[in-house]
Amino acid sequence: MELLIFYPLAGLCVALALGVIFNNSPVGSAIALIGMMLCLSGIFVLQQAHFIAILQIIIYAGAIMVLFMFVIMLLNLKQGETAGWVAREKNLLLSILTGLLAVGILYKIAQVLFSGNMDAPASLADSFGTVAVIGETLFTDFVLPFEVASILLLAAMIGAVVLAKNKLD
Amino acid sequence: MFESTVPLPHYLMLSATLFVIGIVGVLIRRNVIVVFMSIEIMLNAVNISLVAFDHYMNLSSGQIFSFMVMCVAAAEVSVGLAIIIALHRNKPTVNLDEFNLLKW
Amino acid sequence: MLLKLTCMVPLYPLIGSIINGFFGLRIGKKAVGLVACGSMALSFLTSVLIYAGYLLLPEGQHVYEQIVWTWFAVGDFSVDFGFQVDPLTLVMMFVVTGVGLIIHVYAVGYMREEFSYYRFFAYFNLFVSAMLLLVMGNNFLLMFIGWEGVGLCSYFLIGYYFEKKSACDAGTKAFIVNRVGDFAFLLAVMYIFNIFGSIDFTEVMHAAPEKLIYGGEAVTIITMLLFVGATGKSAQIPLYTWLPDAMEGPTPVSALIHAATMVTAGVYMVVRCNALFNLSPLTMTVVAFVGGGTAIMAATIGMTQFDIKRVLAYSTISQIGYMFMACGVGAYTAAIFHLVTHAFFKACLFLGSGSVIHGIHGEQDMRKMGGLKKYMPVTYWTFLISALTIAGIPPLSGFFSKDEVLYHSLMDGNIAFWGMGISAALLTAFYMFRLVFMTFHGESRVDPSVHPHESPKVMTTPLVVLAGLATVGGMLGVPLFHGWHILHNWLQPVLHFDLASALQHSEHMLHAAGRHAPSWTHLLEPKEHSGWIEFSLMVFSTIVAVIGVAGAYIFYIKQPHLPAKFTAGQWGFNLVQNKYYVDELYDDVVVKPTVKGSNLLWKECDTKAIDGAVNGTAKAIGWFSRQAQTLQSGFVRNYALFIVVGFVSLLLVMF
Repeated sequence: MELLIFYPLAGLCVALALGVIFNNSPVGSAIALIGMMLCLSGIFVLQQAHFIAILQIIIYAGAIMVLFMFVIMLLNLKQGETAGWVAREKNLLLSILTGLLAVGILYKIAQVLFSGNMDAPASLADSFGTVAVIGETLFTDFVLPFEVASILLLAAMIGAVVLAKNKLD
Repeated sequence: MFESTVPLPHYLMLSATLFVIGIVGVLIRRNVIVVFMSIEIMLNAVNISLVAFDHYMNLSSGQIFSFMVMCVAAAEVSVGLAIIIALHRNKPTVNLDEFNLLKW
Repeated sequence: MLLKLTCMVPLYPLIGSIINGFFGLRIGKKAVGLVACGSMALSFLTSVLIYAGYLLLPEGQHVYEQIVWTWFAVGDFSVDFGFQVDPLTLVMMFVVTGVGLIIHVYAVGYMREEFSYYRFFAYFNLFVSAMLLLVMGNNFLLMFIGWEGVGLCSYFLIGYYFEKKSACDAGTKAFIVNRVGDFAFLLAVMYIFNIFGSIDFTEVMHAAPEKLIYGGEAVTIITMLLFVGATGKSAQIPLYTWLPDAMEGPTPVSALIHAATMVTAGVYMVVRCNALFNLSPLTMTVVAFVGGGTAIMAATIGMTQFDIKRVLAYSTISQIGYMFMACGVGAYTAAIFHLVTHAFFKACLFLGSGSVIHGIHGEQDMRKMGGLKKYMPVTYWTFLISALTIAGIPPLSGFFSKDEVLYHSLMDGNIAFWGMGISAALLTAFYMFRLVFMTFHGESRVDPSVHPHESPKVMTTPLVVLAGLATVGGMLGVPLFHGWHILHNWLQPVLHFDLASALQHSEHMLHAAGRHAPSWTHLLEPKEHSGWIEFSLMVFSTIVAVIGVAGAYIFYIKQPHLPAKFTAGQWGFNLVQNKYYVDELYDDVVVKPTVKGSNLLWKECDTKAIDGAVNGTAKAIGWFSRQAQTLQSGFVRNYALFIVVGFVSLLLVMF
């Protein structure tokens, strides 16, 4: 039954991701990315990872994409610059190579994935993916990385302020 | 034909597909902001894998990792976008090909 | 305990050298002289204290060793940075520090007008430090360090007037000729380590009779190599040619380094290794012949030279030949005795010649001297005393030491050695008085524009002290009274050698190897020492000396036209005056082929093959780099592509 939900969601994800990279205007790309994030959130729900699903919406679709939008607006890019992602003549060979490479990787991964024998999945506890369980793990086994992550975010914050400030003095 | 749950390879395949789309985005786009977005796609693709394995093996460390990935992504985006702004201030363009200072 | 001060003896001059070398220009000439002489005086006083400490050693202990630190240890091989004090070391220490101190004081006066005064004293002190290391080290390697150190300082000081090409060449020549000997010495040290597993003097000398077969190949090779090393440093045939040229250096240098101390290092080394030399009769014979031959040859050349310092240089070579001849017949005491007295009178002669040169403003040619007696009386009298000493007139010290050498060469050697010795003595008396008469007597041939004058007190006082020492130094070993020979008794612990037990060991070793041992019984027969022969030899050699002096008097005072008549057109004279063409021979046989070969190697091998290979490598790398450069495009996306390509290849390889 879940597959019935999975396939549309996955298809939408892939389509929106392609939309991100093939859209001419950055704003369009950003909107497609937001859509992709939301679909991914659905996929997380399907995997019963509710906490991550919520985080996905709050952090990515909420915070990060808003930042993207801000920057796009701030830079006020003209149409002429944003257009022209299409391959130039001299890069044609490289572009074809890149495309082939992409398809090749995908094919290779699929081959590896579906050739392997996967055991039956472990039985899931009811509490899987809840905030309680994740929180417990986070604050017992991973408390040090958690603290380090907080320092990383602080550093990023200060760094962003310093870099984006008008004049370094 | 319809199983009760989605098999693991399906998730992994989705993850791989999104990852490759991200790579292609990085390689073919010249707009710095879109390149950044492609990187975000790649990070998300990895998250799918992490959560899928977690779900498959009934663990919670994978979710912690995807949480960390989000943290790093947030930090990276904030710093990266700040760098883009700083670059744009020096050279009013977002075309990656015009930033070839790495050659020095 | 006083002996704890041992390591300070070479340290003081080293400190003095460092102070003068680094700060000499800043602290002024007076301070430089003070530092140099002060460090020498401290060193000398410390030697006296060590002597006192040595006398206080318990009965039966003859060697004091002070290990400062373990220099290095590799596997079984360990070398200590250690000093040893034994009778022989003490004698050498007194000679080096005592004569060194006197010459330092002299140099303060002699070098006064030099600009690079501090440089001179820095090298001079460094030399004394190295020389003390040489005589005080307790192993072969430390001795070698001192050996090289004195060679280096000698090179510096010969080339002190480096603006003069001849001085530079002389320094280089001394260095390179010495290198031949040094190499042999180093080989000998390696061989010694190979056999004994140690290079410590005490251990090696102690184990020598047990590990080496009397007259065997091993000991002969070792001692021959050591002797080649000694011929280099001590200017013996065939490596003597550097010493006359070394007179390019300032006169105090000639006095200290090329007369009193460094050149006698070879004699010291042979005496130090007497336990090895005693085991090789073949080497002993070679040593005696080389010594005697050098004595005669150098004396003949000395008769024909006109440069005052060169005459003295050849005289030095000749006198060191005497010492080696004494070593060669086993009379080590006589060798050391002559070394000590020679240090006194030759230093005095050199300093006197320096005073003369100083007094007539740098002229060294004896044909432009003469009649200087009335201008510089102190120099004249001290010079005369030293000349009488070296000529062997009793009761001056040279008479006793030379006579002892001659006596032993007859009694322990054979008539040939004695013949060489006595003829060299005749020649010595002749050329020394030729020197005295040409310089101080007769009519003045000095350039009229030059006004000869006596040297200042700071220079004449050392002369007087040295002349005094040369006069009374013979008391160290008056041979007539057996049992009264101070030096002989003093050196006994070092020179004690039990030939009988050594021969027994050799016999055992030969039998163990399944070889037949020759009969050595004749070696053990006691030798007669007759006071009567000794006395008559003394009288004879005195007569010979007087004849030499008288000959010089006739030739150079009575009938000054005689020498020219005798020598004109004589091929023999030309041969000798040109130093037997040995320099030219070496030049043709060794130097020129070496230069030619080096040129060939340089032009063909070095510039073409080696440089070609090196430059070719550089070019190939440059080309490769230019190709690789294109990878660095500066486009971020290119780099990303490389990352992806790498990642995909990894994927393909792994799955």
